[in-house]
Formats: sequence, C-alpha cells, structure tokens
Amino acid sequence: MDPLILARWQFGITTVYHFLFVPLTIGLSFTVAGFQTAWWRTGNEKYLRLTRFFGELFLVNFAIGVVTGIVQEFQFGMNWSSYSRFVGDIFGAPLAIEGLLAFFLESTFLGLWIFGWGRLRPGVHLATIWIAAIGTAISAYIILAANAWMQHPVGYAVNEAAGRAELKDFLAVLTNSTALITFPHTIAAAFMTTGAFVAGISMWRLLRGKGEEDAPFRGAAKAGAAMVLVSGLAVLVTGDVQGKIMTEQQPMKMAAAEALWDSQQPASFSIFTIGTPDGTEDVFSIRIPYVLSFLATGTFDGRVEGINDLQVQMEQLYGPGDYTPNTPITYWTFRWMIGTGALAALAAAWFLWGMRRGRVPGRGAVLTAIVLPFLPLAGNSFAWIFTEIGRQPWIVYGLMSTAAGVSPTTDTLLVVITLVGFTVLYGGLAVVMVGLVIRRVRAGLPPATSDRGFEHEAEPELGLGY
Amino acid sequence: MELTTVWFALIAVLWIGYFVLEGFDFGVGILLPVLGRDEPERRSMLRTIGPVWDGNEVWVLVAGGATFAAFPEWYATLFSGFYLALFLILVALIVRGMGIEYRNKRGDAAWRRRWDWIIALGSFLPALLWGVAFANIVQGVPIDADKQFTGNLVTLLNPFGLLGGLTTLLLFVTHGLMFLRLKTDGVIRERAAALVLPVGLVTAVVAVAFLLWAQAIRGDAVSTVIAVGAALAFVGALVASRLRREGWAFAGSAVTIGLAVVSLFVALFPDVMPSSTDAAYSLTTTNAASTEYTLTIMTVVAVVFVPIVLGYQAWTYWVFRKRVTVPRASVEP
Ligand code: HDD
Ligand code: HEM
Ligand code: HEM
Repeated sequence: MDPLILARWQFGITTVYHFLFVPLTIGLSFTVAGFQTAWWRTGNEKYLRLTRFFGELFLVNFAIGVVTGIVQEFQFGMNWSSYSRFVGDIFGAPLAIEGLLAFFLESTFLGLWIFGWGRLRPGVHLATIWIAAIGTAISAYIILAANAWMQHPVGYAVNEAAGRAELKDFLAVLTNSTALITFPHTIAAAFMTTGAFVAGISMWRLLRGKGEEDAPFRGAAKAGAAMVLVSGLAVLVTGDVQGKIMTEQQPMKMAAAEALWDSQQPASFSIFTIGTPDGTEDVFSIRIPYVLSFLATGTFDGRVEGINDLQVQMEQLYGPGDYTPNTPITYWTFRWMIGTGALAALAAAWFLWGMRRGRVPGRGAVLTAIVLPFLPLAGNSFAWIFTEIGRQPWIVYGLMSTAAGVSPTTDTLLVVITLVGFTVLYGGLAVVMVGLVIRRVRAGLPPATSDRGFEHEAEPELGLGY
Repeated sequence: MELTTVWFALIAVLWIGYFVLEGFDFGVGILLPVLGRDEPERRSMLRTIGPVWDGNEVWVLVAGGATFAAFPEWYATLFSGFYLALFLILVALIVRGMGIEYRNKRGDAAWRRRWDWIIALGSFLPALLWGVAFANIVQGVPIDADKQFTGNLVTLLNPFGLLGGLTTLLLFVTHGLMFLRLKTDGVIRERAAALVLPVGLVTAVVAVAFLLWAQAIRGDAVSTVIAVGAALAFVGALVASRLRREGWAFAGSAVTIGLAVVSLFVALFPDVMPSSTDAAYSLTTTNAASTEYTLTIMTVVAVVFVPIVLGYQAWTYWVFRKRVTVPRASVEP
C-alpha cells in the first residue's frame, strides 16, 4: 500500500485518540478545581468527597492524555518530514512554546497537587490545581493556533530559493482569525464533553447507588447538566461564527460539508440525504430552506458556492488537480458533530427537568446516563475528522498538498509496523482505562479523610498518590 | 555569538535537563524489581519519583519542539531517519507512564506485578536507546544530498552505537542509585548503597571507553577536556558515596551526565548531524537552521520562561524534600 495513505491513517488514528482524552482533561481540571474551591470556601465535606471522586477520574484520564501526546510531538518528524522541512520555521515555534509554557506547568503543578495533600497549605494546594487547569487552556490555545495556521496560513512568505515558508509576523500567527474562533469553539466543546461526563456518572450513581450515601451526586448531576446546556449554547454561537469564517477561507469545505454540488441562492440545509453511490447526485433528502445560506453567509438569501464551481475556480488558481475532499465523510461527520451535541443537550435538559424539586427522572434515565458521556465525546471526533478531511487535499491550505508533506524515506513496511503497533497498543490502553473508570464509578464516593487526602495509606484502593 | 550557536547550546541544555532529571527516574524504574523485594518497598521507591517524573519527561518534549523550531532540517532528518528506534522509545515511554500512574489504582497483586515489569522494561529501553541514538549522531550516519537518512535500524546498531547505549543505561542506573540513597531511608537506602560501588566501577570503565572513542571519532581539545571533567566528576561521585555524602554523590553523577552531554555537543559543533556518506551533505547549525526572525522570537521566549520553569521545578523538589520511608503494616497509623 501507499505509505501516504498509511501515514494519513496513522496520523488520524493517533490524533483522534489523543483528542478523546484532551477535552476531558481540559474540562475536568477546571471542574475539580471548582469542587475543591467550593470545599475550601464552605468547609462542606460533600465537596471534598466530590473533589476526590472526580479528581481520581481526572487523573486516570490525564495519564493517558499525556502519554498519547508524546507521540504527537514527534510524529511530524517521523511521517511528515517534508512538511516539517517546509514549515518548520513557522510551525516549530508554537510546538516548542507549548511545551515550555504549558506542559511544564500542567505536569509540575499536577504532581504538586496529587502529592501535596496535607503537605502544602490548603490555599497553596488549591492554587496548584488552578494553575494546572490554566496550563491545559494555554496548551490548547497554542496548539490550536498551530493547527489554524495549517487551515489558514498567515504571517509568512515563501522563500523560493530556500524552498520553504518563512515566518514574517509571529503575532499574526498567534492572532490568526481562525485560531481566535477555533479556540472558544473547542473549549466550549470540551466543557460540554465534561458536563456530559459528570452528569452521566452522577445520574447513574444517583439512580443505582445507595441512597443517602450518594446524595452529593444530586448537586453534581445538576451542575453537569447545566454545564452541558450552557456550553452547548456557546458551542452553537461559536460554531455559527466559524461557519462564516470557514466559508470565507475554505469555501470548498463548506460546500463539502453540505455536499452541495451546484451553487445555490438561497441555499437549503439537508438533515439527511441518500445519494447515488458515487455521491454526485441526491436520490432523497430532507431539507430546511434558507438555513445553509444563513450558516455560511449570515443572510437568508446569501449565495453558497457549489463544489463543481469551486473545483473550476481552484483549478484556475492552483493548476489541474482534484480539489474536492471526500464528500460522504465531510457531509456525515458535520451532521454527526451537530447531532450528537443536540442529543446531549436534550438529555441534559431532561435530567434538569426530571430533578426539579427533589424528584428523580423516570424510566430510561439509567440508560441515558450511560450513553450521555459518549455523545459529545463522539461529536469531538466527528468534528476533527470533518475539519481535517474537509481541508484535503491540502496539508497547509493553498500552500502544500498532503501528498507533498509525507516523509520520502519511510517505506510501507515501517509505517505498517508502527501503524499496527500504535493501534494495538492504544486499543489495549483504552480497555485498561475504561475498566478503571468503571471500577471507580462503581466504588462510589471516597470517604472525607480530609487533611491526608489522597495519599491516605489506610485506603490504598482509593489513594490518588502512590 | 550567532543565534544558531545560541540555539545549538540551548538544545544541549534541554537534553542535559532531560538526561539529568529523567535519568534518575529511568534508574529508579530499572531498579524497581531489583531493589524492591515486596509491595511496600516497591511502592516507596515509586513514590520518590511520583511527583516529578512527568515534569522531567517534558524536558524531552521541549527538546523535540525546540529542535523543530530552531533546526527543522535536523528534526526532520533525525526523526524520520531513526524511525523504528524512536517508535520503540515512544512505546516504552507510553507504557511506562501508564504503569507509574496506574499501578496503584487497583489493589490486587497480579495487576501491580504486571505494571512493575512494564515500568522496568519501559525505563530500560529508552535509557539504552537514547544513548544509541546520540552515539550515532556523533559518529555520523548515511545522509544523502537531499538531507535524507539512507540507513535503517540495523545501521544504528553498530559497536560504537551500542557502547553509547550501554553508557547511558549504566549512567542512569548509577544516577538512580544515588537518587534512591538520597531520597529513601531504611532497606532501600542500604541496598542502593551496597550496589553503588560495583555498578559504579563497571559504569566508569564503559563510560570512559565510550567518551575516549568519541573523542577519537570527532573530538577536539575542548571536548576532550570536558570529557575528562565528566570522568573526574564521576570519580568524585563514587568517592563521595564511599564517604556517605549522599547529596554530593548525587550531584556528582548529575554533573557527570551533564558534562558528558556537553562534551558530545562540543565535539559535534558546528555539525548537528554529520553525514558519513559525504561530509558535504552534513547538516550543520547553519544549513539546518530556521530564519533569524524565528530564532529571535524563540530566544526571547526561552530567556523569559526557562528560568521560571527552573524556579517552580526546583520548588517542587523542595516541597518533596523529605525522605520516603517504607511503610510497614505494623507501624501504620
Ligand atoms: C485543544 C487541545 C489540544 C489539541 C488540539 C492537542 N492537544 Fe496535546 N494536549 C492537550 C491539548 C491538546 C492538553 C489538554 O494540554 C493535554 C491533554 C491531556 C494532557 O495531559 O494534556 C495534552 C497533552 C499533550 C502532550 C503531553 C504533555 C505532558 O507530558 O504533560 C503532548 C506532547 C501533546 N499534547 C502534543 C500535542 C500535539 C503535537 C498535538 C497536535 C497534533 C496535540 N497535542 C493536539
Ligand atoms: C492542533 C493540532 C493539529 C495539527 C497540527 C494537525 C495536523 C495534521 C496533519 C499534519 C495531518 C496529516 C495530513 C493529513 O492527512 O491531512 C492531519 C490529519 C488528520 N488530523 Fe489533524 N492536526 C491537529 C489536530 C487534530 C485533532 C485534535 C484531531 C482529532 C481529534 C485531528 C484529526 C485529524 C484526522 C482525522 C486526520 C486525517 C485526515 C486525512 O488523512 O484525510 N487533527 N492533521
Ligand atoms: C450547532 C452546532 C455546531 C456548529 C454550527 C458547529 C460548527 C463548526 C464548524 C463550522 C467547524 C469547522 C471549522 C473549520 O474547519 O474551519 C467546527 C469544528 C469543530 N467542532 Fe463544531 N459545531 C457545532 C457543534 C459542535 C459540537 C456539539 C461539538 C463537540 C461536542 C463540536 C466540536 C468541534 C470541534 C472539536 C471542531 C474542530 C476544531 C475547530 O475547527 O474548531 N462542535 N464546528
């Protein structure tokens, strides 16, 4: 097989896998910091127990986020060395700065937090988790700025003699309009994911747990559900802005998101389509008039360019070639990104409604609680697959094709070995990780042994430290 | 000084930070099944590195990122070239990190045993392979006119490369012993103390052989003097260890590792990856570098943030400065 295809699969698999844990790390770090702050301010043991319970789950998740991130740092050199040579002058800096500013912060202060119970003064100890949480947000911004540069390169000039792109304005890279909108959308999605996680688990404990013992989960379930709704709204608003920016910067991605072959004015949005096998013609679809126009342009009768027109325009601009991404994938992932989010919001609203004035939601709530955490999690993956595949055939939009970025020296065998290796390893880790999460959730709230906190020797089973 | 030279030096500093810090926690990981005979002992060994290992590992991530930013050609040639070796290192780092974080998340002995072996193996492999990689960089590897590596994994497994791997492995084990003596009390401390001399002497022989050979391949007066300094620091560490000056002994092995890295980098300069195919194809600090503008920005960022990082990492070591003792069921509160 072609090493290019394999390298793409490898990058896709490892990155999507990394990003299963990233949103939870970002959201849970702030959530746990929030619970601990509540404990610090009120002295109510309920909050300490919630801090420890979700703190445990956070650490189980964080560990796997870290180890999968290590692979990402070196992948550009391994499989995408031509890309690295071409853009290193620009793209390397954010990567280095992310490590220096964010990773050191996260890892060092989490170490202090885990082992600092009873050793640091409570106020200082509380500060460590907040600093680690801020570290995750810094990390997200910088890496998203790097990714945004690939989606919409700015602040550079191509040096033909040296055969590479060179940085001209670093501030422009950091304040790329694409980065400025991708960051809030991704962070909001991270909080939505975390809200669903907290709400689902808390609701499950509430319905299946031991009554009094699990009472603190009531507040947590409400908080989680509210988080889903509030951040869901933020996702919607930022996503809407993103749609317009995307239409401007990568019109082909918007056309592909809708599988819109011919330009339309006004354009309707389809919720569901069955196309001919080659994907170039619709057989059946459910459509809402004007919505696509609004999503893409902000007006109800705006013109949305279709794939066929754009293909012609791009050939004029960049020379002959196929500039159309894989439309069935972009079409469905775009819908599933939005769809999973909408389902999660519905479930959260139902939970809140069902919990009004001391009640608990009725039939189906246990099953919903189990499904809920997976909805935005899947939404994130769909969204990244959409964003990255929709950019194809470019690795850097308009500047370098993906085919030109791959390492020329790695042969098929090498990529197969590492592709299979990472996939099998990652699969195994997922089993272990999910198993641990289930055990923790089954075990329920840890006792409120306050000052010795997580490393209390008498309960090694529940100890956060070693 | 040229900015490219500054960045060559800074990357050396990052590798020194990495090897000195993660060096001891590789050592502790490798020694885990050797020194820790039962569960409380192994647990207290891991506790010495628990709060810091992840912070230590970030040094290599920043070294990688900084190489990408300052010398993209070096980053591209090195990691696409040393492909399978890097893959093995990554797999080892992954399972090791999972092991350290997950082994105590369940109470049963079989679970813990399994992770203990994974931690030991996951520490052993990178400790060896980083040395193999660095030795090969110094020795020179086949690189063609397009700056592409033309060898494979077997190319790297030559006698000099393997000796380099053995050197880092043994240095890290000794460094780990020094660290455990400093950070634990009771049986672990005693067992570590008993091992320092035999392991240290073997290490001394291997390391001196490696550094001398490196000087013969690509050394100058300065790098030779520094290599001698590394050897003297190691002797100092062993002497301090005999005299039961544990702090000095640990400092000695840290300085040894640091000076050994400096010696290799000085020998390398101004190349970053010499080509054994034709010296004209070598990657150098100038032909592999980023633009002046990028290097300037990176320099500002490094000058501001490296001291801050050093500050809070040092504070972490201060917070956890107490020795770890092995908890016994009978004395547990
Ligand atoms: C939107 C956020 C985001 C995105 C798009 C990525 N990451 Fe990530 N990464 C994080 C957000 C994050 C984080 C929240 O900061 C993590 C997640 C879990 C963790 O431990 O920190 C992390 C961990 C993490 C680590 C380990 C840090 C440590 O040891 O503490 C590395 C080396 C990377 N990432 C590198 C990358 C690279 C090279 C990416 C691009 C392909 C990437 N990440 C995508
Ligand atoms: C923010 C940092 C990121 C950078 C720098 C980045 C960069 C890249 C690169 C270099 C490729 C390989 C070329 C290609 O096949 O298109 C790629 C592909 C891909 N990435 Fe990203 N990516 C980032 C984040 C993510 C995240 C977080 C995800 C998902 C969770 C993701 C999902 C994908 C997928 C699915 C592909 C495969 C697309 C394909 O091969 O057609 N990316 N990206
Ligand atoms: C009404 C709902 C939504 C709209 C209109 C929307 C819109 C968009 C658009 C247009 C993009 C592509 C940006 C680009 O490639 O230039 C995008 C990307 C993304 N979406 Fe959404 N989205 C919505 C809901 C969600 C939900 C529910 C999640 C996850 C829970 C989510 C997570 C993401 C992520 C992680 C990305 C990739 C990173 C990025 O480019 O921002 N989105 N979204």
